[in-house]
Amino acid sequence: MKMGWLARLAAGTTLALAAVSAGAYTESSGGYNLPTGVTDLSQEVFDLHMLIFWVCVAIGVVVFGVMFWSILHHRKSKGHKPADFHESTLVEILWTSAPFIILIGMAIPAAGTLIKMEDTRGADMTVKVTGYQWKWQYDYLGENVSYYSTLSAESNKARQLGSGIDPNTVPNYLVDVDNPLVLPVGKKVRFLVTSADVIHAWWVPEIAVKKDAIPGYVNETWAKINTPGTYRGVCAELCGRDHGFMPIVVKAVTEAEYKEWLAKQKGGAAAPAPAAAAPAVVEVAAAPAATATDAKPDAAAIEVAAAPAAAAPAAAKDLSKDELMKKGQEVYTANCSACHQATGAGMAPTFPSLIGSPVIKGPAAGHVKQTLAGKNVMPPFKHLSDLDIAAVVTYERNSWGNSGGLVQPSAVAAARK
Amino acid sequence: MAHHDHAHADHAHDDHEHHGPEKGIMRWIKTTNHKDLGTLYLFLSFTMFFIGGLMSLVIRAELWMPGLQFVDPEFFNQMTTMHALVMIFGGVMPGWVGLANWMVPMMIGCSDLALPRINNWGFWILPFAFALLLSTLFMAGGAPAGGWTMYPPLVMQTGDAFPFLIFAVHLMGVSSITGAINVAVTILNMRAPGMSLLKMPLFVWTWLITAYLLIAVMPVLAGAVTMLLTDKYFGTSFFAASGGGDPVMFQHIFWFFGHPEVYILILPAFGIVSTIIPTFARKALFGYDSMVYAVASIAFLSFIVWAHHMFTVGMPLAGELFFMFATMLIAVPTGVKVFNWIATMWKGSMTFETPMLFAIAFVFLFSIGGFSGLMLAITPVDFQYHDTYFVVAHFHYVLVPGAVFAILAGVYYWIPKWTGRMYNESWGKIHFWLSAVFINLTFFPQHFAGLAGMQRRVPDYAVQFVDWNIWSSIGAFGFFVAQFIFIFNMLACCYGWFGRKQGLPDRIWEGAHGLEWTVPSPAPYHTFEDPPQIGAGEVTAVHDEFDALDHHKLS
Repeated sequence: MKMGWLARLAAGTTLALAAVSAGAYTESSGGYNLPTGVTDLSQEVFDLHMLIFWVCVAIGVVVFGVMFWSILHHRKSKGHKPADFHESTLVEILWTSAPFIILIGMAIPAAGTLIKMEDTRGADMTVKVTGYQWKWQYDYLGENVSYYSTLSAESNKARQLGSGIDPNTVPNYLVDVDNPLVLPVGKKVRFLVTSADVIHAWWVPEIAVKKDAIPGYVNETWAKINTPGTYRGVCAELCGRDHGFMPIVVKAVTEAEYKEWLAKQKGGAAAPAPAAAAPAVVEVAAAPAATATDAKPDAAAIEVAAAPAAAAPAAAKDLSKDELMKKGQEVYTANCSACHQATGAGMAPTFPSLIGSPVIKGPAAGHVKQTLAGKNVMPPFKHLSDLDIAAVVTYERNSWGNSGGLVQPSAVAAARK
Repeated sequence: MAHHDHAHADHAHDDHEHHGPEKGIMRWIKTTNHKDLGTLYLFLSFTMFFIGGLMSLVIRAELWMPGLQFVDPEFFNQMTTMHALVMIFGGVMPGWVGLANWMVPMMIGCSDLALPRINNWGFWILPFAFALLLSTLFMAGGAPAGGWTMYPPLVMQTGDAFPFLIFAVHLMGVSSITGAINVAVTILNMRAPGMSLLKMPLFVWTWLITAYLLIAVMPVLAGAVTMLLTDKYFGTSFFAASGGGDPVMFQHIFWFFGHPEVYILILPAFGIVSTIIPTFARKALFGYDSMVYAVASIAFLSFIVWAHHMFTVGMPLAGELFFMFATMLIAVPTGVKVFNWIATMWKGSMTFETPMLFAIAFVFLFSIGGFSGLMLAITPVDFQYHDTYFVVAHFHYVLVPGAVFAILAGVYYWIPKWTGRMYNESWGKIHFWLSAVFINLTFFPQHFAGLAGMQRRVPDYAVQFVDWNIWSSIGAFGFFVAQFIFIFNMLACCYGWFGRKQGLPDRIWEGAHGLEWTVPSPAPYHTFEDPPQIGAGEVTAVHDEFDALDHHKLS
């Protein structure tokens, strides 16, 4: 019993560390340290971090060692009499200059790494990253491929207040998205980071990239990923209510796989049946909201720039109220409920109630228009398919005591023109 | 500290007995007495610590487990925002002003602060400022939720609370500036004969420098928030990109205030620790002059390092390099201070009363915050640390076992002088050990969570972080509860609970030096109405070259 507590504490700590490392979303972090990551620079950053850490530990051991020695030995209860010294210019010069020299030793490698990190020249490709409240948009510049990436539906469901869903049962809880950013390994990828509303920060620990996404600014950074795999990150800058719920997933693949994926994205634009693009999405997303029966463009949530064109085939047919309401509720939960709430009551005054609101009571055209274009804090939702917009507008006009008519995708398609 | 049984006080300089305090509530409303105002400031400070502490408990309760259990994310953000504003502007800053009110006149041998009516006004602004700020919790749209840093454009989404936030910050700024001017003017003009600048106690020195920092940067904050106000209501576009403004400019202006601000929060702590360690080591402070120069250097550097709070905004490389090197330099004078404290302890004759325990814990734990600060200075690695729980751990290490422990140490150290009653040493020690254990339990695990990828200001997190957060939450609740030991221990001194009697000697601590220990305990309502003769033993600074002021030999 007497010797037990320290051993138990040590064992408990070891177990806790082991348990932590098992589920780490930054896999190479061990769950308690920076990740070594999958780029040359992330490794350099890790090495710098450990170098400075050990320098601090060494200084701490010496300085606190002296302090605790003094505390143990130079105490009145042991009869120690106070000495009489109180200044020494030599000592002061020594302990001013010694840290200075240590700092220079740290600054040189740090500056070297920083210079490399800021050198965005000679990139093989460029992805524009745009932050929104609360999702990310990825534009493959020059490729005409662009899509949004939001928190996965499973996580989104579980993270609602009082959802009753145990986050431990949700795979990659809060660090999973519907559409990951797909990048080729071995290529220098330049990121142009900006924002459409407030400041966000695009952070993927394992590629050692964190850059603020600032409206009016286009920041540059880059990464060259060495190893194929899935690398997760989060928004690091407070950006409002759902700051904690706009993760980032980077899927690094071989160049061949990347080219194939890219071709599929582009193919979606030309092909009359955009559902062909869907498998690519399903393959990479852990919990796609789309089901096999959704033979319509939004299943390919990875959209192409010419979204309205892609939406056209589905827009041609009219849907029943049940179909629209069912779909509308899904779209509403994923895109609208964060602000306007599942009850439609909103959160005054920033997020208005939809119950009996002027927009909802007014003509459907205005409602569709505001959904597409946004207003004030509300971002534009023109990236959603015609069907999604039609469904969610119908849902909003027929829920929580509202009673309006149906809006069909064709009406949305017309409104886009 | 509330009652000074003045009529029975027996002391040398009190020939103005009829100037005793008024009776009843009007004493506190009308008072211009530095001791009364110091008491008011300290009561306000600890009230705000309590309110801010409750907010941190909401935060820690929600973070106990992944998933959302108790609060909406918007309310969570209100809690993080208000916790910071209340703790910084309501807890720590009034705490320091309270200690300065009480101690600066008594340490430099003058009768009161130079501007007593301004002093009264400066205090009584604060209850209104915090009424404005806290009232936003009950408004439509709730309290400000954009972070205490108030970055636009996010802060523009604040509801009705927005103007209340801005005006509350204005009022806090006015209060701080009046306090700072008052302290600086007092120190520069009202020192007793013989109290030259380089003989002043370190607490007076650190407060003088703090006062200049406050005067320099509080108007900058006022300007920044005023620009927010006009952007919101008067159609300007200082920070709105859509109108040709620059959201990053706000961050530069804010942190030009914000970095000196963090030294405003910590420099007086250096002064307290530099006062307490020599007392309980029974040995003169080592390297007095270098301590003064170090504080001055830190204050200077604080003006040229602000952008290390915003390395990720996309500065030019040259800017990043400059701010990295300048920030690293701060380690030099900070290191000098730590080395001097340890050299003061070295070969002393130490005892470990509660103030000393808190002071030693300060040296140890503040240094840990300093080490993580040095790590954060390294720009390429800061990209990984920035806005994670590693940063949260860092600044709480320098602010709680840093600034707050120093305030606690100072109150323990001087409360017998203020009230004439000794606090209960056993309960003091229990309070110290509980605080030290729980504060580390709260904040040490946050280093690991942050390094492994947990970002700041989120109400929910990936399940891998659960262990760190459980420990952190246990620590936070434990720390909060432990502070009630302190509150009762101190109130018992104020009000004479548990049969605590007055009757302490003037020099309450065996190794204490300074003019405050030459007046009776409790300190009379008016002290040093005639300038004192400064005995050689009361001078903090010990210089070999000043033989005339032979330093204290204590053995």
